[in-house]
Amino acid sequence: MYSILAVDDSASMRKMVSFTLASAGYNVVEAVDGQDAFEKAQTANIDLVLTDQNMPRMDGLSLTRKLRDTVQFKSTPILILTTESSDQMKMAGRAAGATGWLVKPFEPNRLIEIVQKVIR
Amino acid sequence: MGVMEKNSDLMPASSGEYLTFRLASEEYGIDILKVQEIRGYESPTRIANAPGFLKGVVNLRGTIVPIIDMRIKFACSSAEYNSFTVVIILNIRNRVVGIVVDSVSDVLELPAQSIKPAPDIESVIEAGCIKGLGSLGERMLILLDIEALMNSPDMGLVAR
Amino acid sequence: MGEMNKEGATLGQAIDLSQFYQIFFEEASENLERMEQLLLSLNLSQADDEELNAIFRCAHSIKGGAATFGFSDVAELTHQMETLLDKLRRHELRPTSTMVDVLLESSDVLKAQLARHQGAAGDAPETTDLVQRMVALSQGDDVAAPDGGHDAATAPLMVATRSLHMSVGPLRDRSLADQLTALFREITGLGRVQALPDDRPGMVSFQIETTASDDELMDLFSFHVPRDQIQLQVWSPGAQPSAAAVSPVAAPAAPEADSGFGLFDAEPVLAPAVQDALAPEAGQAVIPQTVVAPTVAPAPVAIVAGAAPEPRRLDVKADAKADAKADIKPATPVTNEASTLRVAVDKVDQLINLVGELVITQAMLAQHSQHLDPVAHQQLVANLADLDRNTRDLQESVMSIRMIPMSVVFNRFPRMLRDLANKLGKKVEFVTHGEATELDKGLVEKITDPLTHLVRNSCDHGIERPDERVAKGKVPHGTITLSASHQGSSIVIEVRDDGRGLSREKILKKARQQGLVVSDQAPDAEVWQLIFAPGFSTAEVVTDVSGRGVGMDVVKRNISALGGTVEIDSSEGYGMRVAVRLPLTLAIMDGMSVSVSDEVYILPLSSVVESFQITPESIRSIGQAGRLVEVRQEYMPVINLEKIFSVPRFDMDKSSRIMVVVEAEGVRSALMVDELLGQHQVVVKNLEANYRKVPDVSAATILGDGRVALILDVSGLVRRARQ
Repeated sequence: MYSILAVDDSASMRKMVSFTLASAGYNVVEAVDGQDAFEKAQTANIDLVLTDQNMPRMDGLSLTRKLRDTVQFKSTPILILTTESSDQMKMAGRAAGATGWLVKPFEPNRLIEIVQKVIR
Repeated sequence: MGVMEKNSDLMPASSGEYLTFRLASEEYGIDILKVQEIRGYESPTRIANAPGFLKGVVNLRGTIVPIIDMRIKFACSSAEYNSFTVVIILNIRNRVVGIVVDSVSDVLELPAQSIKPAPDIESVIEAGCIKGLGSLGERMLILLDIEALMNSPDMGLVAR
Repeated sequence: MGEMNKEGATLGQAIDLSQFYQIFFEEASENLERMEQLLLSLNLSQADDEELNAIFRCAHSIKGGAATFGFSDVAELTHQMETLLDKLRRHELRPTSTMVDVLLESSDVLKAQLARHQGAAGDAPETTDLVQRMVALSQGDDVAAPDGGHDAATAPLMVATRSLHMSVGPLRDRSLADQLTALFREITGLGRVQALPDDRPGMVSFQIETTASDDELMDLFSFHVPRDQIQLQVWSPGAQPSAAAVSPVAAPAAPEADSGFGLFDAEPVLAPAVQDALAPEAGQAVIPQTVVAPTVAPAPVAIVAGAAPEPRRLDVKADAKADAKADIKPATPVTNEASTLRVAVDKVDQLINLVGELVITQAMLAQHSQHLDPVAHQQLVANLADLDRNTRDLQESVMSIRMIPMSVVFNRFPRMLRDLANKLGKKVEFVTHGEATELDKGLVEKITDPLTHLVRNSCDHGIERPDERVAKGKVPHGTITLSASHQGSSIVIEVRDDGRGLSREKILKKARQQGLVVSDQAPDAEVWQLIFAPGFSTAEVVTDVSGRGVGMDVVKRNISALGGTVEIDSSEGYGMRVAVRLPLTLAIMDGMSVSVSDEVYILPLSSVVESFQITPESIRSIGQAGRLVEVRQEYMPVINLEKIFSVPRFDMDKSSRIMVVVEAEGVRSALMVDELLGQHQVVVKNLEANYRKVPDVSAATILGDGRVALILDVSGLVRRARQ
C-alpha cells in the first residue's frame, strides 16, 4: 500500500485530500506545514508528497527544496498544489525540484487519477 | 367522518394520552409527554419565604428540582406524607419540577369526543389551566394544562 | 468495484464533499478572526512582513476552501482581497488606513456570506461596490469609503467602455467557458459578454464590452482558467482569431496541463538567465509575460518600476526569507494542530457533570466511613484516603479542560472600539494585560456582555473628544486598558480609562432626583456604587450606544449572579477604573458548612474571615432593628440566619452561639449560626435552572448524604445588613 504525505495548513483541505485518497486505497499521512511535513517524512515511508504552497513556518517550495536536499527524498514524487499555473509558478516549482503541479480547486476524483498516474 | 370533524372544532382539548392522578377525591389528567418519571416522596430542603405549596428542592440524580405540593396548591383539606405519597417529576421544555399528589392511577387514551370544555366557574385552579373535562365510564377527569399551570406567576417557579 | 472512467482508472462513488463543510466553516471563521486581529494591529507605517504574509494566508486559505467546496461568492470576494493583500505583502503597495477599512468591511461581508451558507436567513450581501473599491485600491487609487472615510475622497475613476476580444484555451472542458460567462455576469456593471463562434479545437472566444481594465478581467477569469490560457485583444470587427494570435508559450507537453496539472520533466528547459531571476532579489526581475497581448489604457499601477502589468507570482520573496531565517517567528502563535483535539462542548460538560457526581459519591462514602475504626479497617480507610486524593486530582484536571484564556474575551474589543471611536469622533487606544489569564468557559460566555458594556461606557462617556482632551492638557487620544489577573481563588478583570471620570456632584444630584437618600458625607466608594441603581444615567445626551441607563444595573446583576463583585474607583478629570472580581470557576467551590437548627447551609470559604463563640454580652442592640457585635474593637452588624431564613426551631436548648465573620465587597458582617460543621469542596448546582433566584441564596449543592443544601449569597446578606 502506497503512502502519501498530504501537507496543507487548512484542515478542511487536508481532510478532504486525506479522505479522498484513503478511499482510493492509499495510506495518508497529514502535516500542517512544511516543517511538520519534513519531520513526519523522516519516519514514514512516503511514496508521494502532495503539498500546498502557502503555509506558515515553511511553505511548499521550501519543503520541496529541503526534501530534495535529503538523500532519502531525492526522487520522491512531489506535487505542488497551487492556485495558479503561471509560468512563474512553474519555473519556481521546477527550480525547487518539484515533480509537477496541480491547480486548486480540483475535483476529488481528478486527484485520485493524477496520483495514480504519478505514483506509478 | 364529517360530523366528528365538526365536533372536534368545538373541543377545547384534542385526544391524547393522559397520566391520571388523585388529589383527595378528585381525579386529574395531564399530558403524558410532560411526565419524566414518578418517584416516592422524600423530604425536600426547605426554601425560606417560599409559598406554602413549594415544599423545597430535592436532588434528582444531580439536578436540583423544586417540589410543589398540589394538595396544598389546590387547597385540599389534607396533605399527608406517607408511603403512598407520590411525586410526579415533570419535564416541561427542559424545566424539571416535581408535584406531590395522593396517588397515581393510570395512563389513558382519551378520544376527543369524550372531552368537554371546562365549566366557567370559580375555582382554586387558575383560569386557562384547565384544558377540559374528560369522562371515561363513571370517572370524571379534570384535564390540566400542566405547562400553563407551572408557568403561571402564582406558582412562583419563573422569576418575573 | 465502481465505475471505470475513460482513462481506465477505477473510481469509487463520487466523493461527498459536504462532510468537510463544517470543518471549513470553523476554519474560515478562525481565519477571519485572525485576519481581523492582524489588520487591527497592523502598524501602517512599518508593516511587519510576517504579519502581511499571515493576513494574506488567511484570505488565501479561505479562498482555497471556498473554491474547493463550491462557495463561489466567498471564493470571489476572497480572491479580490487576496489580490490586494498580495500586493501589500510584496511591498508593491503600502498599507493605508482605507485599505484596512475595506479589508475589514470585506471580512464582515465574508462572515455574512458564510453564515448564509450555514443556514442563516437573509439576502446575499451586496459586494459590487466593495469589490470595485478594493480593485481600485489594488491599482493604487485612494478610494473613499462610502460614508466618508479618513482619507481624502478621490473622484471615481472615469473609464471609457472598451470592446475586447477574448480568446480562452486550449480548454479541455468547454463548460469552463460557461463558467466564465456566468462569473462575468455575476458582477453587475462590469459590462457585456458575448460568446462567439470559434472552430479552433478547444478554444472559446468572447466579445466583451467593459469599463474594467485588462488586469481586472484577468484577475476575474484566472479564477477558473489559468492566465496563460486567456488572451485579450482590442476588438476589431471582422477579426478572426488566428493561430498566430494564440499564446506562443510552450504548453506543457503533458496533455492534462490545460486542466490544471502538469509534470515538469515534459517542460522545455528554461534559460539559466531566467532561473537566476528567481534568486532572492526577484522583486526586481520582470519576467516577460508573453501571454497577455499589449493592453489598452492600462490603469495606473503602483511601485514596480516600468513593468508591464504583471501576473501574480509565487511568493518567491517569502521563500527567501524563510530560508534565510533560522527560526521564523510566526505572526500568529503556532498551535501545532497535530497536538490539539477538537471536542464538542457538550461532551466536556457531560464529563464535568459525571466527575461532579463522582465527587458527591466519594463524599458520601467518606461520610459513611467516618465512624469506622481505622485500626480494624486499616486497608479500607487508607484506600478511601487515596480515592479522596484521586478524585480531587481528577476534578482539578477536568475543570482545567474548560479553562480558556481571557484573550478570547479581549479579542472582540479592538474592532468594536475602532468602529465605536470612529463613530463618536474620538481617538482611543486599546491596551490589554493578562490575555493569557485563564478562566472557565462558562464564565467567558457570561462575562462578555457586562465587559462589553463597561468598555463601551468608557469610550462613550469616559473618553473625551480629542479637542476637549487637548484643552485639558491631555494627549488627544484616550486609552482604555483591559486587564485580567488571578488573585487567590478569583479572577479580577479591570476596565480602566483616562477619561473624565465620574462626577460626584452629578451622581448625587441624579440620585436625589430619583428619590435615593444619600448623605453629602458619603465616602466616594459609596457614591460610585449609586450608578448601579436601576435606570441611573447621568449622560446628558443619550447616545444610541450606551446612555440609556439600562446598562450598569444589569452589569452588576449579571456579575452578582456569577458570584462576583464590582468595584469602582474614579478620579474626576483623570479617569475611572472598574474592577470585576469573579470566582475562578462556577462549578466547584470551597465551602464551609454551618448548621442553624436542623438545617445545613454553605458559606463560600473565600468569604469567611474567622469565627468565634459568643456570649450574650458581646452583642449590642442598636435602635429597634440592628444588632452589632464587637470584634477586637471593631463593631460589625449581626446577621441572624435563623430569623432571615425563618428556620423552625424545635429544640429550645440549642441556639445560635457561633459567629462567623464574613467579608463581601470590602465590608464585614457576622453571621449567627449554631455550629460549624466542616470545610469541604462542594459541587455548585444551579438553583435557577428549574426554579428561580432565591434571595440571599446563590446556588445549591448536594451533601454527602444526598440531600440538598443552599449556598448563601454572602454579598446579598452583607448588603442587607447594612441597610
